[in-house]
Parts: sequence; structure tokens; C-alpha cells
Amino acid sequence: MAVDASLAGRTFPPTEPYDVTEQAVADFAAATGTPYRQGDPAPATFPIVVAFGAMQELMRAPEVGIELHHVVHGQQKFVHERPITVGDRLTATLTVSGLRQIAGTDIITTSSAITDAGGALVCTADATLVHKAGDR
Amino acid sequence: MSDLTASAYPVTREALVAYAAASGDPNPIHQDPEVARSVGLPDVIAHGMFTLALAARYVDEQLGEPGRILELGAKFTKPVVVPDSGTQVEIEGTWRDERTIALKVTCAGESVLGNPVAVVRA
Repeated sequence: MAVDASLAGRTFPPTEPYDVTEQAVADFAAATGTPYRQGDPAPATFPIVVAFGAMQELMRAPEVGIELHHVVHGQQKFVHERPITVGDRLTATLTVSGLRQIAGTDIITTSSAITDAGGALVCTADATLVHKAGDR
Repeated sequence: MSDLTASAYPVTREALVAYAAASGDPNPIHQDPEVARSVGLPDVIAHGMFTLALAARYVDEQLGEPGRILELGAKFTKPVVVPDSGTQVEIEGTWRDERTIALKVTCAGESVLGNPVAVVRA
């Protein structure tokens, strides 16, 4: 079953606030061997932690209902307004910017605005998710 | 513009498990060979985001400090297959202009990211 076409253009509610901790940044950096010292800004791809939470809520939405292991990450881009640091409280607000169906595959383009506790934009994380509808 | 030094990074199953926990992405195709094969993959594959994180690591290392990446993006064009014995990803960069680094990211001689580019703070 294909993803509901009405999804295009929809903005989902903001995710629960995520507190950036020293441990979270250190673990994220260590997993890829990225040098990290206490006080350093978080790695450039760290906001995926927050954006991924928003993507999981999208996948769990009743009219979407797709299984994570049937989804392939097609494309990702981060645009940073400022580096993320420990102590930031971040929220992601995901918009489905596009939805295409090609030969039984859903191509879902999303844009997540990641904002801080003051509501200022910290990073925009654009993701393309590819879902093989026939696998359901 | 000038070329940057190339770097090679090992990718192990253990690193993927650590990355899954640290990033909050529990997709079993990155940890469980049986699930990976059930969806038509040859074996466990690295998270696309794992490979993109390596690209960010490369840029940080080349610049000698973290926090200078303003933009980073790529298409995930080919999976990085990670057998039990592990694999490695090779990255090299070229300055396209004074703020833009075009990257080349390969595994086993084949490109795995499409148009990986970083824009950095001068």
C-alpha cells in the first residue's frame, strides 16, 4: 500500500524537547571515531538525533504507517545557523515537502526545522526517505 | 583549487551498533544480517548517516577544528556493506572555492555518496 498522497505539505507537531548532554555528544562522536573534547561544538551531523525523532513520528502516523526496515535514507542535508553545543534544548518540526510515487516506491522528502529553547532556528535538516510500498 | 589529503576510516559492526545507540536509529538492517538479507541486501549495511558522519569527521580533521561546517549534504547512492570482518571508507576532498569542499567518498573502490559537499565557515 502506498503512502497517503494527502501527506504532502503537512507539518507535524514539534517533537518533545531534546536536551543535548556531554555524554550524548561524546557517544555520537566516538561511534565514528570523531575527535571530541569537552566543550567542543557537536559534530555537524549530530542534529540527525533530533530530526530522526521527527522522522519516526512521521513513519508512525496512521496514514503513513511504514516500517523502518522498509525505508532507505535517500538523501540528507544539514544547513547550520550556528554550531550545536552541550546545554542546547532542541525541538524538530518536520514538514513533508514532497511526495512522489514511482513504480511502487514512495519517495518522501522532508524538511525539519530544528530550533532552540528560545525558538531560534539552529539547523535545517532535509531528508529524503525511500519506501518500497510493495514490501508491506 | 588545491586537493586535501585522503583518509581511510575503518567501519566495523561494533561501530554500527555504537552509532545506532548514539543516534537513536534502531533499524535492524544496520545490525542484523538476517534482516538485511530479508530486504534484499547482501549483508549488514552502514547507516547512510554513519558515512555522512565520517565525511563530517574528515572535514573537521582537515580544517583542524570542529564547528566550522555550515552545510553538509549528500545522496546515499550505494550502501556500504559491512561484513563480519569489517570494511573501510575512503574520503578525499578538493576545495571548489574558498568556502566549499567537494568530497569523494568510496568503499572498495566504488563511490557511495552522490555529490557530497561541505560548505565551511572561513
